[in-house]
Amino acid sequence: MIKQPLLFKDYQEGLAKGELLGVFCDKCHNFSFHTSVYCNHCGSTGLSAKPYDTTGVIRTFTVIRVAAEGRNAPFIVALVLGNSGIHMMGNLEGIDPDSASMGLIGKKVKISGKKTLPDRFSPKVEQCLVFSLED
Amino acid sequence: MREVAIAGVAMTRFGVSEKTCIEMFCEAACLALEESKLEPKNIEALFLGNCLGDFEEGQAHMAAHVHTAIGLPMGSPALRFENACATATVAIRQAALLVGSGVYDVVLAGGTERVAAMDTPLATRTFAMASHSGYSAPTGITFPGVFAMAAHMYADKYKIDIRELQECMAHVSVKNHFHAAMNPKAQFQKEISVQKVLDSFMVADPLHFLDCCPFSDGASAVVITTKQKALQMTDKPVFIIGTGQAAGGPVINNPDMTRIKPREVAAAQAYKQAGVTPFDIDLCELHDCFTIAEILAIEGLGFYEFGKGYDAAKNGETRLGSKKAVINPSGGLKAKGHPIGATGAAQVTEIVEQLRGLSGKRQVKGAKTGFVDTLGGEFGTVCNLILRSHP
Ligand SMILES: [Zn+2]
Repeated sequence: MIKQPLLFKDYQEGLAKGELLGVFCDKCHNFSFHTSVYCNHCGSTGLSAKPYDTTGVIRTFTVIRVAAEGRNAPFIVALVLGNSGIHMMGNLEGIDPDSASMGLIGKKVKISGKKTLPDRFSPKVEQCLVFSLED
Repeated sequence: MREVAIAGVAMTRFGVSEKTCIEMFCEAACLALEESKLEPKNIEALFLGNCLGDFEEGQAHMAAHVHTAIGLPMGSPALRFENACATATVAIRQAALLVGSGVYDVVLAGGTERVAAMDTPLATRTFAMASHSGYSAPTGITFPGVFAMAAHMYADKYKIDIRELQECMAHVSVKNHFHAAMNPKAQFQKEISVQKVLDSFMVADPLHFLDCCPFSDGASAVVITTKQKALQMTDKPVFIIGTGQAAGGPVINNPDMTRIKPREVAAAQAYKQAGVTPFDIDLCELHDCFTIAEILAIEGLGFYEFGKGYDAAKNGETRLGSKKAVINPSGGLKAKGHPIGATGAAQVTEIVEQLRGLSGKRQVKGAKTGFVDTLGGEFGTVCNLILRSHP
């Protein structure tokens, strides 16, 4: 019987407690994308939920200035490569979006969670990743 | 596999329509049937692309209602396809596969979409639904935002000053508007300047408003059949000589945003089946939903080396009259318009008309082999088709 190592509900409950849960391969020791059942690297089904490192590096970003309904622009979305080897998308907070520049790429960040804004289409999505620049 | 051909093609004028999705598709379908000398009773299956009818009109299950409106036989099934912006190309590819394998002889495929019926905040929200709802969408990422992140990564990876990249991206928009000015079906039939692009407001840094495709209404329909039957329907059939389709996950699982891997895989399938290389392609309709997307596509499809395609439009190499492959002679998604579920069929319509020599002022001279490239979501689907004219 193949197990689903990390349900979205459990990922969100972890994040609410400040814990970043990923899907880790006991065979090749790599993290796979959160929804994986087979390891993205070696194909093994020996995956289990495991906390990952809460630091990373900004790979790219944008400042959203025309937002979807229910959101106030501007805000920053960034793609971060975590020190545990997986990428994640989140909001870069703690800086003025108008000051965002190419210099952000390569900067180190701390990773945590926050409650999402209410959204009528995704009522069960409750957590979102947040990045903050390390001093 | 049997040889597969396109007999008839048609599209509505893209823009803002008072017609419903169903009415727009009927308009295109009737024209495509007429061009193929077919009646509804000859159609063995309907493959209808539609992404967001649920939100645009409160209309799910659209294919069955289109089936009734066109008057197709009850025994000819009607299916709705949804693969984000790649939807109609996927529907056409599936039709080609089933005709090629002998399941059907004549399939009507295409798509319809009425994006402009939604206001901008709702349209922006529904487009973002093609991103992963749990791991991407909660950040408030928008579709311009995804490609904006790709643009920043491109500038960083290839050490190009972001202002220089913005200017080169603006040239993509200017070139596509130049083509659309000659296309009576395009949403924006007027030229713009680089300065106008750079002076337009910022949507998602570094993309300006005029780097972005519009919200559009429109439909397009294509008749797919065997070579033998096509030759009875028209003296100018166009052949589908290669197809490819690949799937990726969310962007965080394909994190080098300058290399859309599903495109490289899908294009390789299509080139291999067709027995051609990028150098054999005379023209290409590709997925320029944002100007950076065209730059990524001309590299991913093999027309340019990675990191070398960014100034192709600025240098005039992708414009009508170029010796290299002409990119988006229709005006592309940027200026022809992007009714997402119909887009792929409209790309096919442009290539078919070009290969028949019917494109008037924007005709690519001597065009024999054309390429269709359509991308869905945050790089989750890419579908490619290679078409060839009748000798
Ligand atoms: Zn493994």
